[in-house]
Amino acid sequence: MSVMNAQLVAHIANLANIPVTKAEEEKLASGFVTTLKVVDQLMDVDTSGVEPTHQVTGLENVLREDEVDEERMFTQEEALSNASNKHDGYFVVPQLIGE
Amino acid sequence: MLRNLTLKQYLDKVKAREISPDDVLAEINEAIDQENPKLNIYLARNKNPKSKLQNPNSLLGAPLAIKDNFLTKGLVTTASSKVLENFKPPYESTVTKKLKEAGAAIIGKTNMDAWAHGSSTETSDFGPTKNPRNLEYLPGGSSGGSAAAVAADLCIAAIGSETAGSIRQPASWCGIVGLKPTYGRVSRAGVVAMGSSLDSPGPMGKTVDDTAILLNIIAGSDKYDGTTSKLPVPDFTKEIKKGVKGLRIGLLYSEHEKIKGTVVANALQQAGKVFENLGATVETAKAMKPDLAIAVYTVVQRSEVSSNLARYDGVRYGNDRSFFGEEARRRIMLGTFTLSKGYSDKYYVKAQQVRSMYIQNYNELFEKYDLLISPTSPGFAQKIGALGDNPMFGELADMLVEPSSISGLPGINVPMYHDQKTNLYLGLNIVAPMWQEERMIQAAYAYEQATEWNAWIK
Amino acid sequence: MERMDKISTFTPVVGIEIHVELATKSKMFCGCKNDPFFAPEPNIYTCPVCLGMPGALPVANKKAIEWTIKIGLALGCKINLFSKFDRKHYFYPDLPKGYQISQYDQPLCYEGSVDTEFGPVRITRVHLEEDTGKLLHQNNESLIDFNRSGVPLVEIVSEPDIHSPEAAKAYTKKIAEIIKALEVSSADMEKGSMRLEANISVTFDKSLPPYKVEVKNLNSFRYIERAIAFETVRQSEIRRKGELPRQETRGWNESKGETFAQRSKESAEDYRYFPDPDLPPLHFTKEFVEGIMSALPRLPQETVAHLQELGLKESDAKIIAKNPKLVAVMEELGGSAARVANLVVNGKITGDTKEILLEQMAALESTVQMDDSKLSQVIATVLSENPKAVSDYKAGKQQVLGFIIGMVFKKAGRVDRERVQESIQKELHGQ
Repeated sequence: MSVMNAQLVAHIANLANIPVTKAEEEKLASGFVTTLKVVDQLMDVDTSGVEPTHQVTGLENVLREDEVDEERMFTQEEALSNASNKHDGYFVVPQLIGE
Repeated sequence: MLRNLTLKQYLDKVKAREISPDDVLAEINEAIDQENPKLNIYLARNKNPKSKLQNPNSLLGAPLAIKDNFLTKGLVTTASSKVLENFKPPYESTVTKKLKEAGAAIIGKTNMDAWAHGSSTETSDFGPTKNPRNLEYLPGGSSGGSAAAVAADLCIAAIGSETAGSIRQPASWCGIVGLKPTYGRVSRAGVVAMGSSLDSPGPMGKTVDDTAILLNIIAGSDKYDGTTSKLPVPDFTKEIKKGVKGLRIGLLYSEHEKIKGTVVANALQQAGKVFENLGATVETAKAMKPDLAIAVYTVVQRSEVSSNLARYDGVRYGNDRSFFGEEARRRIMLGTFTLSKGYSDKYYVKAQQVRSMYIQNYNELFEKYDLLISPTSPGFAQKIGALGDNPMFGELADMLVEPSSISGLPGINVPMYHDQKTNLYLGLNIVAPMWQEERMIQAAYAYEQATEWNAWIK
Repeated sequence: MERMDKISTFTPVVGIEIHVELATKSKMFCGCKNDPFFAPEPNIYTCPVCLGMPGALPVANKKAIEWTIKIGLALGCKINLFSKFDRKHYFYPDLPKGYQISQYDQPLCYEGSVDTEFGPVRITRVHLEEDTGKLLHQNNESLIDFNRSGVPLVEIVSEPDIHSPEAAKAYTKKIAEIIKALEVSSADMEKGSMRLEANISVTFDKSLPPYKVEVKNLNSFRYIERAIAFETVRQSEIRRKGELPRQETRGWNESKGETFAQRSKESAEDYRYFPDPDLPPLHFTKEFVEGIMSALPRLPQETVAHLQELGLKESDAKIIAKNPKLVAVMEELGGSAARVANLVVNGKITGDTKEILLEQMAALESTVQMDDSKLSQVIATVLSENPKAVSDYKAGKQQVLGFIIGMVFKKAGRVDRERVQESIQKELHGQ
């Protein structure tokens, strides 16, 4: 049975960059416990010698030629069109610490 | 009344100059104005779509509803999440581009479970959609809005997407036809990614023929999606009347504890008999228990989701991550967990191994059978509020279609039973081997013509 | 516990990571123009893919893959016939998707080696990934430019086989030379097309220390030398106290000449790698790899060896090797190659075609045919006409020989110099 508690939830939230309050941690933890109960069924399956499937299509070597695709490139305006914070052609974020 | 035409009827009548596209559009727009506040199907609308009639205009301005996870340039696209509340895409998805170039009129974007995380449309950040067949009930999901739009004749046809049941299940709950193509048959470029190795855009419509017409247009390899197949696309409508004579059909899950002895199991048996009368051999078949597919799907999908939703930080577009709804947060976090150091072998790799076993199981089944049938959903549509607090609600509801989804197989839902009292439907799921959409379309068509469940075929 | 304070010498143990921007026309996973350094404006070479827009999917650049294999082969690496791209997750504003498409457990190239004057340096792996956007810091804000986002980036990782600042400089110079010879990148640290990072620790015996300090943004040969020197001292002092230096990321401050602790931008080291489902795996045939191998241009060290085979002495060969045009001419010169090379190296002749060089050499040393008796006569005449030179020579002033030879040339024309010199000496000693 997998370990799942508020502390682990806090760690996961940090990794996932999702803001979670202390109050929410417990609730999320119990929700995950329910889900993991279902998921843990997998542990009983004998998968020795079975290759994992990452791609159902069986495709290989799907590559493109080294050419510039003018049609798909954005103008600066298009690129910035949905940014809530922009300046002089740049996207803007508040100053990052430690840089 | 023009808006209850099927796509095929629409095209025939427009070609014959019996009706005009503008009239149909006007009627539908008016109906949406009236019905949408109650049903909450459309999030964004384009009342005056300019459809480019470049090529032999195969769709002749047919009004289509598009699920809101397809990026439509200039038309707000949200995936039903507050994170993308005012997002105006600067580019077009391949599917909608193809439809526009084929002369479709895209009249609006439909409600869905936020980020496609769900099977009821209740997790939408903009409120649930109501099932037009019975307003106390849910339309299913995640393509609930598109399914409802078709069921309510608020479009001529629609487009949805399926990761594990999201086309077929709402089609089942709303009593319409929903077609999930083989993974890789239709381009995902410009579709908000959910489960990258699972997502399959597909048509939803009033009849099998309608979905085949749309599939012809949207299928095909795309240079902007490296997972699309280069296999030639057949004309899915050409031999639609071929029938099922001589086909071997496997009947699945009739003994499953969730449906045994219920109206669902009974309806499935009846469907089997219909196919026998049409000249196929039908046999009860044994497959791997679908319950385990839930675990596979849960892990694979949530892992891929946690990765695909990492780009939403509010810097280049949209709002920041505090705007994610409850279900999205849960899925992102669980997926992060199943990929994390020390756990990824236990969960992610293991799930992908069991996935291989399902694929192998289907390979074995398809040596004996040409098609497989089962119920799409273990029951009728559920009442609004049914989600409750069960984080596994969606997966349980989709259990019967998850095995084929995780294997990349194509499947189609056709209505197979109608309850007079509730006005709700059950759906039949027909699954074919990879790339054999033609065969399942032919079987679905034959079934549809031989039975009375389709609300538009009298 | 060892008496660390008694240990007098700690030697650095250094592994170097080099990132090289490939000079392909388009980016790694999209068709955007690959020219971040010279872009006149920010955010003009972007598209849905490299901006990380919803629904955008990557498609891999064939040339970038071929060039990475080229680099691996040139560094003596083995090539993975089965390879793939993996997603590497971390959050930072210059990383638009919240993950970088990179390679985890099946890199394109692995287990190579490069010779330097300080000995061989083993290459752990060479893999291909995408670059991030660029951050500019201004007032209280950070500005982001995504022109560089998605540019193909090759990462070359060495084993900790480097044991001095000089060895580090030699290694990185060598890599840059090879990359330039392959013509896959400008490998220019000032333009950012080549970036260095060093993992540094110190040891007092030959053992691999149980920690390492990562030093980033060492963007010149000088910086890496100085940083290693500084770190060696800093870490040795810590170890002498019996402690271990903290395993962390540090930056280099050139003006202070010091490293400083940095908040690592990839703070949680859990990258949650998994194979990218949007990119089907890569499967190369042996023939394909052999094709790339056979099309490799000759690399610097091979060129030197080859020139030596043509007769050049090593020091001349090393200089000529830097000029591809001259190298080609050497091939054409055959037997005269050694002599021409030597004259070029000594600045006596210049030119870059066989014709020009031979002409100049001939002009310099046109030899007149003359038989021995005639030559003796001329020499005898010169010596009798220049008695002071003769007495100077006999007095030990060897250098006057050149003057005497010159006088012989004046009378006789340019007879083979060595022969003239020998004859004069014989004559003078005979007297």
